[in-house]
Amino acid sequence: MAAASKDLKIREFPVEENPTEHYLNAGKGLKSWLFTVDHKRIGLMYLASIILFFFVGGMLALALRIELWEPARTFMDADTYNRVFTLHGAIMVFLFIIPSIPAALGNFFLPMMLGAKDVAFPRLNLLSFWIYSIGALFTLYSIAYGGVDTGWTFYTPYSTSTGTAVISMTLGVFIMGFSSILTGINFIVTIHKMRAPGQTWGKLPLFLWSLYATSIIQVLATPNLAITFLLLILESTLGVGIFDPALGGDPVLYQHFFWFYSHPAVYIMIVPAFGIISEVISTFSKKTIFGYWLIALSSLAIAFIGFLVWGHHMFVSGQSELSTVIFSFLTFFVGIPTGIKILNWIATMYKGSIDLKTPMIYALMFLFLFSIGGFTGIMLGALSVNVHLHDTYYVVAHFHYVMMGGTVFAFLAGIHYWWPKMTGKMYNELWAKIASVILFIGFNVTFLPQFVMGSQGMPRRYYSYIEQFQTLHQTSTVGSWILGVGFIIVGIYLAISLFSKNNRASSNPWGARALEWMTTSPPAHHNFNHTPVVLHNPYDFHKPISEFRLGIDGSDGHHSSEDVSTPKEVGDKV
Amino acid sequence: MANQNATHGESHVAHHFVDSEQQLDSSKLGMWLFLVTEVLFFGGLFVAYIVYRAWNPELFYMSAKELSTTLGAINTVVLIGSSLTIALAVRAAQLNQRALLSRYLIVTILLACVFLVIKYFEYTSKFAVGILPGEFYTYEGIDHPGAPIFFSIYYMMTGLHGLHVIIGIGLMVYLVVKARAGTYTAAYYTPVEVTALYWHLVDLIWIFLFPLLYLIE
Repeated sequence: MAAASKDLKIREFPVEENPTEHYLNAGKGLKSWLFTVDHKRIGLMYLASIILFFFVGGMLALALRIELWEPARTFMDADTYNRVFTLHGAIMVFLFIIPSIPAALGNFFLPMMLGAKDVAFPRLNLLSFWIYSIGALFTLYSIAYGGVDTGWTFYTPYSTSTGTAVISMTLGVFIMGFSSILTGINFIVTIHKMRAPGQTWGKLPLFLWSLYATSIIQVLATPNLAITFLLLILESTLGVGIFDPALGGDPVLYQHFFWFYSHPAVYIMIVPAFGIISEVISTFSKKTIFGYWLIALSSLAIAFIGFLVWGHHMFVSGQSELSTVIFSFLTFFVGIPTGIKILNWIATMYKGSIDLKTPMIYALMFLFLFSIGGFTGIMLGALSVNVHLHDTYYVVAHFHYVMMGGTVFAFLAGIHYWWPKMTGKMYNELWAKIASVILFIGFNVTFLPQFVMGSQGMPRRYYSYIEQFQTLHQTSTVGSWILGVGFIIVGIYLAISLFSKNNRASSNPWGARALEWMTTSPPAHHNFNHTPVVLHNPYDFHKPISEFRLGIDGSDGHHSSEDVSTPKEVGDKV
Repeated sequence: MANQNATHGESHVAHHFVDSEQQLDSSKLGMWLFLVTEVLFFGGLFVAYIVYRAWNPELFYMSAKELSTTLGAINTVVLIGSSLTIALAVRAAQLNQRALLSRYLIVTILLACVFLVIKYFEYTSKFAVGILPGEFYTYEGIDHPGAPIFFSIYYMMTGLHGLHVIIGIGLMVYLVVKARAGTYTAAYYTPVEVTALYWHLVDLIWIFLFPLLYLIE
């Protein structure tokens, strides 16, 4: 139709403040949530689920720390202790941290940052949430059935002979794997096919680059976990013997299979965190991100190298010396793209107008904690050091610095950064800062002593210990209580902010430039009521904000009834 | 989803897509990615196959002789034929030949069923002599301590493949019902296209399984 070309005028779309209609009141009742295909609601449902499981996993962690107060029994027996640490690990890894940033924040913001109305496959997105929920039910069933005592890695031959609920637990993880795969596929396709006009790959927010890299890992690694757990289940039920030496099998093969997924999975956990840090640091430094392409491509480099280093979990498992040397060597390579990122973030802050709001504080804490976690990882990758430190608390401290100090602190940065956009409400800045300091202190008091214990020879997963470690263990336990208090404060002020009346957030409280801030807070049902057009890099803070609010008219999003005959003109992707 | 939005000119285009082309491209890319995950899913079993064959070459040779090459070869031809008929079904959809579309789909379903029937007879003849997976293996015709391993791998690989055939049949039955109702036209045949992609992969995996399991010399 002829009128379409006339409508193509690009103009600024001012953002309405305090909208009366948005995605939260677009539908009412439980059904409008449970069967929604709106990526924002699905993201929030994920967020609620992972917070629930973070709470469960956190309570288990507190129980573990209390048990370690005394060198021998404090309040639970050794079998219970084995089950509790297994559940803590499995819940935190599979139910909390893997879906945490991609499925909750990613789901919510990926289409918005692209100027799209939804992910490419909205029903698949809902399905992946339901699959996650079914997998979670299996996990809860395993807990009720008596738990699992193998550790979260489910190593054979113990896992096929223990008699605890390994089958239902691994089945649960197997099912959740599909959820992870479907989310990954959805994200890759959405980023490829649904970018706003003008949004080239070079104008993609770095959070999306990190989600893109993460999705590639999810798609390539997770099927391998699925087949591994399928083999494990068949081993327990039919006795197929792939991993059983008595039947001609090999338990080390299980470890290869397991870590071929689970090492890349470590990057599923941390790479999205990098993306949040890029957004937050640039926004709160009011400065163009330093080395955009290096940050973007280093995410992909990490995803690639991450597939080649799984053997560093098996230095003492009896793999050949040659492969041990190669894996150790390759492990050091992961440090390069990660180091590039850290350098770029710091260079971004250099001479920026740094605004120490809560998300930025978390981002700075992330830099500190993640660097410690990363450097100790290099130490563990060194062969001779690894033999000494293998399976000690040093390893425990290392991955908690990466996973909790890294991912969880970045997740907190992201939650605070996007809270006003997601809910339309502002949290109490003072309490948020107080809580962040408490969490930082609590975290270090908990895990710094574990480095010391580990290097002195305290093995991980042990129920009892010799008395010389008691002071360090007790310090660590006290730290876990401080952490608990910090999280309670975060929960309280965030909950209060939801119900307060006079704390409505503006559409762009931080003065950010990415597309998700160019719509109302909370966003409209279909994110934008026009088709956004992108001219600039999302970190071009020196350009006027009006140039980031451009778009093309289009009543209900991309295409209205009158431009059917030439729909391509309106929305042709660049 | 599509019918929620009354203002749409083309009812099959979901509300969040710009046009039919973007929707088809997205669906195809999504399916290709899914097929990548499928390849990696089977990849684990292929790795297990490689490891155990490298360790026990003579076992694999002895065990493969128990399998019927004739039945395997017939099944290979059947599946390749079904790949042809589903490709013709896509072509029929592109040319708007609705009757031909459902006819080709039905032929594909029948060929898939033939494959499963032959597989059923193969399995039952093995079960009859005690060749069962894992610890249920009782056959004594193969003089090798690791004898159950080959057949465990055989049952897992062909079983997982068979499961994919059954899922494919389910998808194609759905397509036939929809095609009869006139859902698919030259302007919209995305589900036919992506199902065909899936079916080609199922076929392709069998083309690898057949020589690996049946034709060991």
